[in-house]
Amino acid sequence: MRHVKTEAPAIETLAVRTARRLHPWPVRIMHWVNAVIMLIMITSGWGIYDDDVIIRGFHFSSFWRLGDWAAWSLNWHFAGMWFLVINGLIYLAYGVASGRFRERLLPIRPAEVVQTVIDTLHFKIAHEDITVYNAVQKLLYIIVILAGISQVITGIAIWKPVQFSGLVSLLGGFQTARVLHFAGMAVIVGFLIVHVALALLVPKTLWAMVSGGPRLKPRGRAKEGHAA
Amino acid sequence: MRSPFRPDVPPDAAVLDDHKPLIRSLDRRGLIRGGLSLGALVMLTGCDVKRPEAVESALLAISRFNDGVQALLFDPNKLAPTYAASMILRPPKFNAYYDVMDVKPVNGVTWRLEVSGLVADKRAWTLSDLQALPQTSMVIKHICVEGWSYIGGWTGVPLRLFLERVGADLRAKYVAFRTADNYPSSIDMASALHPQTLLALKYGGDTLADPFGYPLRLRTAVKLGYKNPKWVTAIEVTNKYPGGYWESLGFPWFAGI
Repeated sequence: MRHVKTEAPAIETLAVRTARRLHPWPVRIMHWVNAVIMLIMITSGWGIYDDDVIIRGFHFSSFWRLGDWAAWSLNWHFAGMWFLVINGLIYLAYGVASGRFRERLLPIRPAEVVQTVIDTLHFKIAHEDITVYNAVQKLLYIIVILAGISQVITGIAIWKPVQFSGLVSLLGGFQTARVLHFAGMAVIVGFLIVHVALALLVPKTLWAMVSGGPRLKPRGRAKEGHAA
Repeated sequence: MRSPFRPDVPPDAAVLDDHKPLIRSLDRRGLIRGGLSLGALVMLTGCDVKRPEAVESALLAISRFNDGVQALLFDPNKLAPTYAASMILRPPKFNAYYDVMDVKPVNGVTWRLEVSGLVADKRAWTLSDLQALPQTSMVIKHICVEGWSYIGGWTGVPLRLFLERVGADLRAKYVAFRTADNYPSSIDMASALHPQTLLALKYGGDTLADPFGYPLRLRTAVKLGYKNPKWVTAIEVTNKYPGGYWESLGFPWFAGI
């Protein structure tokens, strides 16, 4: 009996010590690489936008524009695009292959989304356990991933409207594709504002994206908790 | 399918307002180069912040790499979408690196088109020589690097036909242009041979108007607007990179669409 009592916790500790972290190192690297690339793509995009605005009278001041004028904004954008696409493709492949997307982002139940929105409006934001995403978080992450994919597609369309003329007409024409590319940026910036604000409100989530965060229970036993 | 971005009124001098920020920032450039925007600071962590030229040369290296990728993506048989003649914007949109009032009209009678470089026949061409060549028309979209676009109708001599007539080396890398307004430009041979690349003499069925390049301009459906020099005075076929006006200021050279 004594042996069992002393050994059982030891095994448990070892299991916990070697368990996966909330954010494995590939996710952390890709997250921060993507953070830098997104800032480059967004601010250089604002520089390009400002040369011929879509919304009359709506400009970005030079502080917000990467590149001192359009040529350099364009060069930043066309350099950043490679890093965005390469990092993004590895992220998507990793998310699917590792099961991370399925595990963290699915399923989303509409009732849960509604409940989370109601709770949030009542300032009941649960964040004791940062290893579980609520339905709204899941939805926002899925939206921003899709917006990122959409930016690449609309970006290709306005970069090469003749070579990919079929894609352009599918999107409703060159100017519509251009507006969609701008709208995609707006969605991503909207996400970023919420994402960064919440990360700053709950700093342990920010630290988790640096250190890896809490260790996860072995997959498939998540609901059982520690073995009794 | 009228673009909501196409101007409702014919262009006048006010269209230049669009470019005033660009011209201002050109003047400001040296000043701004000393400082850095927020995004640049993020990227530059670890780099020598006092030497943004290092960043510029890195960006230019990637831009040259992109020129190569664009050449690979270019399908010489892919035609740009064409439109009905009724959709042609009249007059076309004026755009240059200077004011429409500063356009210096070219005399079509004394004008000559010089031909040089890797060609068999270096005889200069008159306007009537060019008008005697077979003509082609196309109604295509003009897309500016800034983002605006309009539909224009162009008639002229296919550049391929012209290059064949002068016995150009069609395996040469570049076709370069010089213009009366000192706006050098150049394109790759594959784009020069594309069926929608014309030495345009007419717009919307009428002789080109002075602000739009009379007597001759390049008009290619497979490049951004700035690769379409107006008031062309000389064509050179060469293997030596000729560059161009905006390219020397940092814009990508290939600029294919």
